[in-house]
Amino acid sequence: MSKLLERRSVVAQLLKGRNETLVVAGLGSPIYDVFAAGDNDLNFYDWGAMGSAAMVGLGLALAQPSRPVVVFTGDGEMLMGLGAFSTIAQHRPPNLSIVILDNEQYAETGMQQTATGFGTDLAAVARACGLEGAATFNDAGDMEGLRERVHACRGTLVAVLKIEPGDQPRTVPERDGAVIAERFIKALQV
Amino acid sequence: MTADLDQAVRPWQKDIHAAFKASNVGHVSYVPDGGHRGLIGLCAKDPSIGTTVLTTEEEGVALSAGLWLGGVRSVLLMQSSGVGNCLNLFTLAENCRIPLVLLVTMRGEFAEYIPWQIPMGKRAGAALELMGFDVMRADTPESVGDICSGALDQAFFSKRCVAVLLSQRLIGRKNWSK
Repeated sequence: MSKLLERRSVVAQLLKGRNETLVVAGLGSPIYDVFAAGDNDLNFYDWGAMGSAAMVGLGLALAQPSRPVVVFTGDGEMLMGLGAFSTIAQHRPPNLSIVILDNEQYAETGMQQTATGFGTDLAAVARACGLEGAATFNDAGDMEGLRERVHACRGTLVAVLKIEPGDQPRTVPERDGAVIAERFIKALQV
Repeated sequence: MTADLDQAVRPWQKDIHAAFKASNVGHVSYVPDGGHRGLIGLCAKDPSIGTTVLTTEEEGVALSAGLWLGGVRSVLLMQSSGVGNCLNLFTLAENCRIPLVLLVTMRGEFAEYIPWQIPMGKRAGAALELMGFDVMRADTPESVGDICSGALDQAFFSKRCVAVLLSQRLIGRKNWSK
């Protein structure tokens, strides 16, 4: 049986030492994971607009080229915005990382299987769209190296993390988009 | 004489570019449309305006949101057909009070040769109104610059979603015999 990663500990580890990093969390479990790692004004919780998370990250990365930008999202959300890999590849911003928490399920709606459970390899898709080095991870031992890269602005990074399926305690941050955006913008201006 | 009239840079497209500069627009994204070709070219040549070509128009909504959060004003260029692709992503702008500016070249309203353009062509304006946009319309070349300038100001001053519908008559009839 293949190794899988534990989502809460992996997200918490990847966000250690985040300093200047701007974080986007795609809808569903990634929002709860990012919030569980610690609320931060520079977390943009993208509660809707399924398919948007990676492109919000691209916009942030282009607008703030000197700051690392990390998008945490799920396989279902990424699948809805697959074209984003191609669109990101025209810019390849060195400061953008997309971390896909892939449990091969739509967790919010009853754990239905996603396309990654039927054979879609998101890292291969990203590479084929022009994002070199996109890779799949399932070993906790690789996470410290990934953490360092994610905050390093050395090249566009796509990491697909194969995650244990199943429920987690639902830790729920602010849902009001006006509040989320306002505090984010204010924190960036400091 | 090349009759590909929708491919040349029109004076009203230069007016739109000037309005972008006056409003400090830093980025323009698009799925290309013939009617926007001149403006896309002007923006691509402008070193102070970044450009992004999209695989689908809704990506531009998310891109504009991210750029805004990061401090950059942006505009989306699309054809009326693209409005249909965007609808759910407008929730980002509505929930987060993020300004959006859409410049929409209209199809399906004058001498349309491709019937598949007509459904969204007829309903793009109404769809945008339903989604809470302030919808403006430019029908004459002389009015385009001023209307776009007003749209940009309204969007950024009042944090609104604003759309300018650019009449199909501004582009003229496409010559399908070529």
